[in-house]
Amino acid sequence: MIEFKNISVSFKQDKQIFAAVNDANFKIKKGEIFGIAGSSGAGKSTLLRTINLLQTVSSGQIFVDGENVTNYKKTQLRILRRNIGMIFQHFNLARNLTVYQNIAFVLKAAGKSKSETDARVSELLGLVNLSDKSNSYPANLSGGEKQRVAIARALANDAKILLCDEPTSALDLETTSSILGLLKDLNKKFGITIVIITHELDVIKNICTRCAVMNKGSVVEIGDVYGVFTKPKEEFTRQLLSHTNHFSLPEEILDKMEGPIIRLTFKGDNANNPILYYAANTFQIGFNILLGKIEYINGLPLGILYVQLIGEVDTLKLAIDYLAENTADLEVINHGL
Amino acid sequence: MDFDLKAALLLTFGQTMQMVISSLLAAIIIGGSIGLLLFLTSNTLFLKNRIINQIVGVVINITRSIPFLILLVLMIPVSKAIVHTSIGPNAVVIPLAVAAIAFFGRLSEASFSDVDNGVLEAAIASGASKLSIVLKILLPEALPSLIKNITVTAVSLIGFSAMAGTVGGGGIGDLAIRYGYQRYEPEVMFICVIVLVLLVQIFQIIGDSSAKQLDKSNK
Repeated sequence: MIEFKNISVSFKQDKQIFAAVNDANFKIKKGEIFGIAGSSGAGKSTLLRTINLLQTVSSGQIFVDGENVTNYKKTQLRILRRNIGMIFQHFNLARNLTVYQNIAFVLKAAGKSKSETDARVSELLGLVNLSDKSNSYPANLSGGEKQRVAIARALANDAKILLCDEPTSALDLETTSSILGLLKDLNKKFGITIVIITHELDVIKNICTRCAVMNKGSVVEIGDVYGVFTKPKEEFTRQLLSHTNHFSLPEEILDKMEGPIIRLTFKGDNANNPILYYAANTFQIGFNILLGKIEYINGLPLGILYVQLIGEVDTLKLAIDYLAENTADLEVINHGL
Repeated sequence: MDFDLKAALLLTFGQTMQMVISSLLAAIIIGGSIGLLLFLTSNTLFLKNRIINQIVGVVINITRSIPFLILLVLMIPVSKAIVHTSIGPNAVVIPLAVAAIAFFGRLSEASFSDVDNGVLEAAIASGASKLSIVLKILLPEALPSLIKNITVTAVSLIGFSAMAGTVGGGGIGDLAIRYGYQRYEPEVMFICVIVLVLLVQIFQIIGDSSAKQLDKSNK
């Protein structure tokens, strides 16, 4: 659906050349929700904007639906853009136009008649659950409502692709999940390909099927969301994950604890077996769960547990070996042996 | 009083309005277009063009740096060529318009620049033509600010038009200077100043309320 071939974008800044995107090479499949993660300044936004040519590339080619669109101009480019909707962090609705006028603008710009426009606007407002807000101005809407209007506007001309530039970064948690839910629905209902860039890894975990991770203009990792989150290949990805997962025992607690403390990671199938129970039974040890979390990404479990083990030194060693064999990852945090 | 004050006031008020309104119209149409050109040539989403932007910018700056009294004199040959006279309100409209065009050119550029670039980017991303974006997004978004700046221009023009007397332009300001100041008739000066104050107030009130009416960003 979308293919980046050797895409590089560089800017001149204070007479120095700065590479915002460095040789990006990957494909986004039709109908998938693809996430691009990375800290700010990683080049995510620049890369996203090359898809609808809001950003011209310094070298490389963009293919949309098999067509090389890199050099599209004027009418050809405008038709391409009608098929690619875009939403933004700050919604970017015209403040002096009503909800109706904001959406009608893109329909009229595509040559729709007044009656077609009216019908389509009410259909779209129904789709995003805002039928009663047609004559409101953006200032009278909440953040979530504004983003819904922006989504309606982006899809007005039957877009096949929806680009999302930090779509939930200005929203609270509850609104975020309702917007993500809407995007998921639209993807299911209409098969729209969605590309989301965000610095919030939770957004990617929540709705993406595949993702790429960017650092300093380069795509450092790409793959299934579950794979990237459970088995990050790159050090940078690991760092990024640990930043957002503030998930470790406080030092004071660690110092006070006696006996070994281990950090277990459960993934996929082994997450469904009562491994700790087996270990306790087999080796006659006690265990004490200090901190834990199990979440589901694309329906697959990912669990992390901090466990204090209690028992004889020899049996503890055997138990740790057993646990290491039967979980995805085991790290001994506090030896105490 | 040895002259008909009422008739003089009516005549000069008409002259002031004639000068202010016609030069204001020129400022809105020509100056506004120049402001739009300055904005479009400075914005990468539209027609970024450094050379055109700088040339137009320099011309505007030069015009704005000439004191109005000097512009008034400099423009005499131009007025002669265009309106075939170098005295009277018609002649003064030319230098007033030139000053107002340059003034409003810069102010309207600022009004356009204040429009949220993200809104324009969203419109470009929707595949709309640049012309329709300018007409249906940029203008409505900039309108409240443009109207405030039109008001500022109109008020300055009322002030400038008072200098028109120096080339026989007439107007209330001229009446105030000739009768009130030179002939020392303080009542005339007082009344003229009151009329000018009221005129400025009316312009300001109309401008402020219509700008507020059109600005939906805070309601």
